[in-house]
Amino acid sequence: MENKFENIPKELFEFAQLDEVLHDKKMETKARGFFADALLRFKKNRSSVVAAWIIGFLILFAIISPITSPYTIKDKDVIYQNYPPYIEGMAEKGSSIFNGGKVLASQNEQSLDKWHAIGKETGMDPVIGIRGTEEVESKHRGQTRITKYYKLELNQYYAVGIRTQTFSYEEFADIQRFQNETGIQVIYPWVEAKDIAGIDNDPSIWYQVSDAKGTPVKDENGNWIPAYSSNSAIEGAPYNSQRIEGDPGTWIYSVRKSGAVSARFCYYNYYIYKNGHVPRYLFGTNVMGQDLFMAIGVGARFSLLFALVVSTINLFIGAIYGAVQGYYGGKIDMIMDRVADVLSGLPFIVCVTLFQKHLANQVGAVGSFLFAFVLTGWIGMSALVRKQFYRFKGQEYVLAARTLGASDKRLMFKHIFPNSLGTIITSCALVIPSVINSETNMTYLGIVNLSEFAGTTIGTLMSQGQSVATTSPHAMVFPAIFISLLLISFNLFGNGLRDAFNPSTRGMED
Amino acid sequence: MWKYITQRILLMFMTLFIITGICFVLIRMLPLPPLPAEDPHSVIVEMQREAAGYNKPYMVQFGIFLKNIFTKFDWGVSDKLYIGREVADIFLDKLPATIIVNIYSILLSIPIGILLGIFAALKKNTWIDHTISTLTMVVISVPSFVYAFIIQYVFYYKLNILPALMNAGKDFFTWSMFKSMLPAIMSLSFGVIAGFTRTTRAELTEVLTSEFMLLARTKGLTKTQATVRHALKNCMVVVLPSIFGQFISILSGSLIIERIFSVPGVGTLYLNSILAPDYPLFMMLTVFYTSIGLVAAIVVDISYGFIDPRIRMGSKK
Repeated sequence: MENKFENIPKELFEFAQLDEVLHDKKMETKARGFFADALLRFKKNRSSVVAAWIIGFLILFAIISPITSPYTIKDKDVIYQNYPPYIEGMAEKGSSIFNGGKVLASQNEQSLDKWHAIGKETGMDPVIGIRGTEEVESKHRGQTRITKYYKLELNQYYAVGIRTQTFSYEEFADIQRFQNETGIQVIYPWVEAKDIAGIDNDPSIWYQVSDAKGTPVKDENGNWIPAYSSNSAIEGAPYNSQRIEGDPGTWIYSVRKSGAVSARFCYYNYYIYKNGHVPRYLFGTNVMGQDLFMAIGVGARFSLLFALVVSTINLFIGAIYGAVQGYYGGKIDMIMDRVADVLSGLPFIVCVTLFQKHLANQVGAVGSFLFAFVLTGWIGMSALVRKQFYRFKGQEYVLAARTLGASDKRLMFKHIFPNSLGTIITSCALVIPSVINSETNMTYLGIVNLSEFAGTTIGTLMSQGQSVATTSPHAMVFPAIFISLLLISFNLFGNGLRDAFNPSTRGMED
Repeated sequence: MWKYITQRILLMFMTLFIITGICFVLIRMLPLPPLPAEDPHSVIVEMQREAAGYNKPYMVQFGIFLKNIFTKFDWGVSDKLYIGREVADIFLDKLPATIIVNIYSILLSIPIGILLGIFAALKKNTWIDHTISTLTMVVISVPSFVYAFIIQYVFYYKLNILPALMNAGKDFFTWSMFKSMLPAIMSLSFGVIAGFTRTTRAELTEVLTSEFMLLARTKGLTKTQATVRHALKNCMVVVLPSIFGQFISILSGSLIIERIFSVPGVGTLYLNSILAPDYPLFMMLTVFYTSIGLVAAIVVDISYGFIDPRIRMGSKK
């Protein structure tokens, strides 16, 4: 019975098949590599994916905004400084944002009238709306007087109104040519100080006034009465261009002043003449009259590129340093550790300052700033790599490779180093925001001035914005939003990467 | 353990010495700022420079520098910002403001931060935890001057309940002074609170899942009892040292905040000494900030061993 399956005669065996060569069955699922695996895990982390999209968007912004803006970093307007966001089309449609509006408190009846007068003359009324009224009672010679104060929202760009300036004869003629071509009135008739109660410091007054405070005299319909000069004794430059409405043809448009002409002009229209387009400041302007929309892009380009260069160099140095330290260990490790200790003990701000003072003349501000980052930046990286080396250098496969005759270099970089790749990628994503942050801090504090090289930086923009933070918050808000978004999303992205590459440490911080 | 501590401290002094030496030589190599001709203090500064050996070799200068510090705590005289005044005097004059602002900010941050952290850990993986963790992340990422701006804008400009800048003067314990310090304290606290929350949450979640917690529950403790008596105690092993670390590191991190709110402290002084430039002042403050950084690292490291006897210092793995 038990021998039934023993000693089976050979003839009873037959081949199942002979025509095909049989292999192991192919895996039906695709083999997933290290990176594909990490990517899969990364995609599951929703906040990191969103962060990645935001980073992409911000980078796109940095690339596109300086291209699409009509301004370059060299365009600095002398009047439109710290002005709020403004787009002409939106302002004309009565939009509540991008209308260049700023609320001015405690404006009395007379100043409201004056703003309207500017609008009447130039055709662009700066008053967007009255945001509030307040009645203040005051005792004046025994009588109670009620003064009305308004909170006015004014279009800052229109509110500049009329200014006076001295032009050369050529420019004056050129403006007239521009007026003829486009029909935009830049030059407005001259007003003599003697006709407006001797007021000579307010070019926006064009109507008859009753006193030196500028109280207007109005006709029976409540309109202003023009006080334009028709004094033919005043010598001006020849004026053959269009005249404003209501001009009997005798009003003069300029006054000669030692080889040049002085004239009243509407700044908004003069701006169009100068730049070839209407003001268009999506984010407003900064203290230097630069377009913030473009300036943030320019600053961000620099920050991102700089951070990328710094972290690449640091990763490279740190990886090699950490590899040598971790692989050889012992005395070498100890000595190299002391060197790293000394460098990391040096406060970063000292390092930046000393590099600026010593090297800025030879290699420029950016070069010395870069050196400062490189001097201390690699230490964290090298510590990480060193730890990985300590973990893996004693493992059997390394021993096997060594027995087979692999050189030190090969062991280090071919066998052990790839193990720390995940750590390196992760920390790279976390190093970039920290570099951007330190760079912003240093430029914000004014310790390094990179404006000459980079045009501007986010830190510089913010420190300019901080000085006017209460009156023109937009100059601080836009750079602040940009940098905060950038740092938050880089950190979220980095955390997502870390979780993806080291699933065992998920949820643990740092 | 004591051997390890002595070793660490000796190493720290060595590092400090090397950094001081390098910085000293690099600072002395810089061209000196010219002295105002008509100022009577110029003569004093000139004499001081002579005594400090400004035209001798750098090593000799360093020797004189060290000798002056150790024998009379003499760090030289300021030659630009406070011309003719002793650097050490100026420093001691500015120190109280910085320390007081920092202490207030730590006192504000510890309870809020730790409570938020505990709360998040106990409600792990609920929306409360997610909100707290995300906010912590956001707060840690955003640079401090953004908070400073928000606080200044909201509390000073919009609501007008707090002043924009800190009062000058030395009466630190009056109400108006405290009020004027509040914006700076709040701006400093944001980051610290987030730091505490993060550490506490991470530690506590780990402790809560460990086995002795299960044991505590099985022997009949309620969840609250187990958490308070066992989990919190263990979690504090990491949180308490980080308080020392945080306190010392805010000292060095408050440069920007001090400048924005014009706190008459060491940070402002340091920035001014860099921008002026006033090298004797810069040198002293460099040593100050370097030692702060080194001490912070060492304190955190050693306090682990004191608080938690399970951690053996300096033992070979």
